[in-house]
Amino acid sequence: MSKRFNTGAALVWFTLIFTAVIALFPMYWLFANAFTPITSIPPLTPILVPAFQLDNFERLLVNNKFYLNWMVNSLFVGLVVTAWHILFDTLSGYAFAKKQFPFRNLLFWMIISTMMIPIHVTFMPLYIINRQLGLIDSLWALILPGTANAFGIFLMRQYIQTLPSELEDAARIDGCSEIGVFRNVIMPLSTPAIAALAIFTFVRSWNDFLWPVIALNKPQNYTLTVGVANMQGEFMTDWGIIFSGAALAALPMIIFFLVFQKYFLEGVRMGALKG
Amino acid sequence: MTAIREFFRKYGWSYLFILPSMTTFFVFVFFPVVWSFVISFQKYSIARGGMWMDPFYANYIQAFTMLQGIFVTAIRNTVVYTLFTVTTNIFVGLILASLIQPLSHRLRTFFRAAYYLPAVTSAIIVGMTWAYIFNGQWGFANYLLRLVGLAPLRWLSDPDIALVSVTLSAMLTIPATAVVLYSAAMGGIPTEFYEAAELDGATGIRKWWHITVPLIKSTTLYLVVLYTIASFEVFERIYIMVPSGVGNSTQTIVTQIYNNGFKDFNFGVASAQAFVLFLIIASIAVFQFRFLRSDVEY
Repeated sequence: MSKRFNTGAALVWFTLIFTAVIALFPMYWLFANAFTPITSIPPLTPILVPAFQLDNFERLLVNNKFYLNWMVNSLFVGLVVTAWHILFDTLSGYAFAKKQFPFRNLLFWMIISTMMIPIHVTFMPLYIINRQLGLIDSLWALILPGTANAFGIFLMRQYIQTLPSELEDAARIDGCSEIGVFRNVIMPLSTPAIAALAIFTFVRSWNDFLWPVIALNKPQNYTLTVGVANMQGEFMTDWGIIFSGAALAALPMIIFFLVFQKYFLEGVRMGALKG
Repeated sequence: MTAIREFFRKYGWSYLFILPSMTTFFVFVFFPVVWSFVISFQKYSIARGGMWMDPFYANYIQAFTMLQGIFVTAIRNTVVYTLFTVTTNIFVGLILASLIQPLSHRLRTFFRAAYYLPAVTSAIIVGMTWAYIFNGQWGFANYLLRLVGLAPLRWLSDPDIALVSVTLSAMLTIPATAVVLYSAAMGGIPTEFYEAAELDGATGIRKWWHITVPLIKSTTLYLVVLYTIASFEVFERIYIMVPSGVGNSTQTIVTQIYNNGFKDFNFGVASAQAFVLFLIIASIAVFQFRFLRSDVEY
């Protein structure tokens, strides 16, 4: 009996550790290569223990004069889109959760239904619109469509529905305006959901690729994902630069995840995202 | 007049609160979807705008017949990729969530985090890491083959196996969302169910198969829909792992939309193909909801 139990437990632990290694190995290997000086093709015997040297990163920043631009671009787009969603998704979520008004359910389900639409359907018209507005090859071509995303509205509505209405009523009796109720009652009480929303929105924006690669042309305007994907062709002979460029693009999100892990996993549970 | 004023007094704030979001949805989603549908029946040029086609469905014919029916190949590739990826992801997610369930809170959090970590980085970076694993010269996969005395493979440049390699990379990616959601669903099953089963003499595997699996069916349904849609829209992984496309062997629906729309600027055909994707995804979602609908309530 006890022998069978041990074999079973050993099998369980083997499976868990083996899958964790599979999950993390590709990313680990990228970092191991990035932190080991490589100036041409990587060695045939894989580098499994990094040398912890920054030579590749130095060459990356010297030879690729746009890398920091890309980082700043990604940061800018991510921050603006996130700020939008924090404010307006919470407002909409509040209205959909707590207020009665004609067409409320219809409008809400129209928004939610967009989560099922393949976004690619919109790319051709979006390109035409942005071209008309002269926004192609500018970051606004990413920011404007980035404001239309249903996830946050859904998340905030679900969360705000669970808040007791007595607090709003009390604030109204105390003479709070509608905006006052939103700012002084709803916003502070929604902080946990807003944190998850902000994190997911920023990560989604930072990682976005297909629309940015369509909308941006000049290398100095690229976001990080577009730039790093293009480095693959440009620095063909110096893999150290490619590795360090990819690792440096992934690093902020990995640190972000390690710091805010709790909110990430909560957010997946609350809003259920792709990944 | 007073009725209008009354209406605004009562509902004005609500509409004002949803106005910014609604505006962006109308301008950047609903309007483009409708316009794209229109374009799918037009010959569209950036300089001259749209002209109606004759017959009106000409783009849809062209979408399937151009370049010796490459779009049909792309759909087939996408279906193969999706079938293998979704089946594996759901299965692996269910098994791993079940295995971490009895662990301590701390260990459970650790494994969830380990599985989730790669998912926070861009699909482009994840694709790059797999492209390195499958590199024909110095990749890790070939290192393993050499280690056991086998000949190295041209994983991503041999048209016969490139799609297999890409699919394999997706199957080997641990389905983090599935683990987290299954894990949450399992945590929500009342313990009385298991206690009752134990009184009836049920043990380990039987309890899992007869209680756990049926009770988390709604999560399974949700995950199958989610992963199927994501797999049908696969693009980044292909774009970065097989930039050349090695012939047509790794073309998928979205790479076709991208090539027609933004390499050849044939918006009519690209829109038609995008609506074919739309139709496929909508039918799958409806079918899966009917087929896997959960009638379990607790």
